Amino acid sequence: MSISAERIVLEPGSADRHYWRDLWAYREVLWILTWRDVKVRYKQTVIGIAWAVLRPLLTMLILTVVFGRLGRFPSEGHAPYAVMVFAGMLPWFLFSSALSEASGSIVGNATMVGKVYFPRLLIPLAAIGGTLLDFVVSAALLVPLMAWYRYTPGWQVALLPIFVLLGVAASVGPGLWLTALNVKYRDFRYVIPFLLQIGLYVSPVGFTSAVVPGDWRLVYSLNPIVGVIDGFRWCLVGAEPYWPGFAVSSAVIALFLWLGLARFRATERSFADML
Amino acid sequence: MADVVIRAERLGKKYAIAHQRQGARYVALREEIGRAASAFWRRARDMVRGTQLLDGEDIEEFWALRDVGFEIRRGEVVGVIGRNGAGKSTLLKVLSRITEPSEGRVVIEGRVASLLEVGTGFHPELTGRDNIFLNGAILGMGRAEIRRKFDEIVAFADIERFLDTPIKRYSSGMSVRLAFAVAAHLEPEILVVDEVLAVGDAEFQKKCLGKMSEVAHGGRTVFFVSHNMSAVQSLCGRGMLLDHGRLVADGPVSDVIQGYVAALESASREARTLEVALGPGLVLRRLAFGEGGVRSGEDAEFRIELMSAEPIVLSEACLLIHSELGVRVALVDLRNAGIRNVRVGDQGLVISGRVKSLPLVEGRYRIGMWVMTQFGGFEQIDLAVLSALPGAIDAEREVYPAMYRGFVELEFSAGIEQGATVASREARSSLA
Repeated sequence: MSISAERIVLEPGSADRHYWRDLWAYREVLWILTWRDVKVRYKQTVIGIAWAVLRPLLTMLILTVVFGRLGRFPSEGHAPYAVMVFAGMLPWFLFSSALSEASGSIVGNATMVGKVYFPRLLIPLAAIGGTLLDFVVSAALLVPLMAWYRYTPGWQVALLPIFVLLGVAASVGPGLWLTALNVKYRDFRYVIPFLLQIGLYVSPVGFTSAVVPGDWRLVYSLNPIVGVIDGFRWCLVGAEPYWPGFAVSSAVIALFLWLGLARFRATERSFADML
Repeated sequence: MADVVIRAERLGKKYAIAHQRQGARYVALREEIGRAASAFWRRARDMVRGTQLLDGEDIEEFWALRDVGFEIRRGEVVGVIGRNGAGKSTLLKVLSRITEPSEGRVVIEGRVASLLEVGTGFHPELTGRDNIFLNGAILGMGRAEIRRKFDEIVAFADIERFLDTPIKRYSSGMSVRLAFAVAAHLEPEILVVDEVLAVGDAEFQKKCLGKMSEVAHGGRTVFFVSHNMSAVQSLCGRGMLLDHGRLVADGPVSDVIQGYVAALESASREARTLEVALGPGLVLRRLAFGEGGVRSGEDAEFRIELMSAEPIVLSEACLLIHSELGVRVALVDLRNAGIRNVRVGDQGLVISGRVKSLPLVEGRYRIGMWVMTQFGGFEQIDLAVLSALPGAIDAEREVYPAMYRGFVELEFSAGIEQGATVASREARSSLA
């Protein structure tokens, strides 16, 4: 066996001491759990990975019709409304699927948690990792979409990876927190879909955040997803973000990341006793 | 000492459990609402504080393990025995880092692999090949290591033809074989094993035991928990007995097993009431089977007293008779006496009966029970001890010592006829 340390001391609180070293030592488990999640996700579905294409495409159509055509919301600059919506939907889907997959992950792997040791953090991280594949597939859809509208993005598109990372960071924090809460209080199983449903309308997915009145934009940016979506739109359709708001969103993301990790660590040692 | 690989000092593990207060039979709606409101208030308070939610009014601390200390040297094979709920599983969980101790400490020198379940993390949708990698990684093998041992694992499990079939199509025997094959190739310095050998067919069990003693003879340390005393006895040199979370005996394995069975016997003789839970809801208050010992060949009477706070339907009940080493000798299936779908309430239920002319060779037999209620099936071994005494008839006939006579005394007859074998008849005809 290659991983566990040569000398282990088990006593109350001992798990905290080598937390990051352990996590690194078990990195292969993260990889294999992610691979499992991806491999299993579309088993026994008729169209398989095509769901990763169909779901955002249909959502985009609906949002474009509702907000762009019926609601006559303005687009960003001269970008087609559909492209603008799609650029906002990518990070939103990343966030919402990461949150829903992560939050149920420990409970879903209860037998494993009760029977074998490895850092518990790997389970929600693997669940989030698994949703990244869907994200990549959906993101690839941008190419034909932009070609259809004969739209070319500006130089900022090169910065997209930075905002993808920001989106992942924004998902990991609340994801871990909800995972830990869901183990203790199963109420969250019902709360999360509800939160995500509201989130879709509260966040600037179907419309641009420029429609929010100037005085309120700073407050609006307390929603961390606002910053991520603005970043994506800047890269893809060239709408300059409202930078003070972006700073607020980033700070909220950092806060949630710390909070999520702290709450997860505080409860993970008793997971096996609670499941 | 340098050669100690596991040292446990004053180890303890505490759980919080909750009881439902036993109230009056009929509760006014008003009281019920009041109770629900106070439960909600308590839960909301627990959640704000971040403590665990427990169902019930009285919360009690329960030590699953207390003040346990031992040292295990390199190459020792230790068997842990004890009744259900004695703390064996908790000890394994602490040693394999699944749960932290509440007090005390354990120092482990060397790499540990623990096998508390066969096939942890197996995914039914994935193929045998995929699951080998998945399960191996979860148990702590690197990918390169799994790839190196892959062929050996497949050969040991004997599943070559089904390697690319999802394991949901496997028979349960096949997936157990595959799971054990992965675990057997872990090659840790310390192996912690729960009763995983209880599954699989006899031949495969033998193979597993063989593999485990191979591990043990390779100078590695094995920590083995089982109800199967013959497996413990044949595999382990040292035994540890846990009772109510405490380590009560530690020494050569045969002494510990004998002490355990003897203690069980005296406990079943002394204790007037048992109060053992047989699964959710059902309580065994007393179990007597041939109390005071029964002579082989004579009738043995039994009496089972059950109780349940809430009415429960007992659909099946059996008495299990095991040998001292845990081999099942007989089953008294009470369904065949018309005892099925019986209601048990707070007034209690007594089942009594007799086994006619007990055919057991003298010795001690461990008595357990299997019950089935609407909440599922439940098996509990070691509830009482039946002492079979030398039969009256034995005084008049020649007998070998009990250890050579197995478990069952057969009634038989035989006669002789001189020179009547086929061979001798042929010999005679060729002479003529």
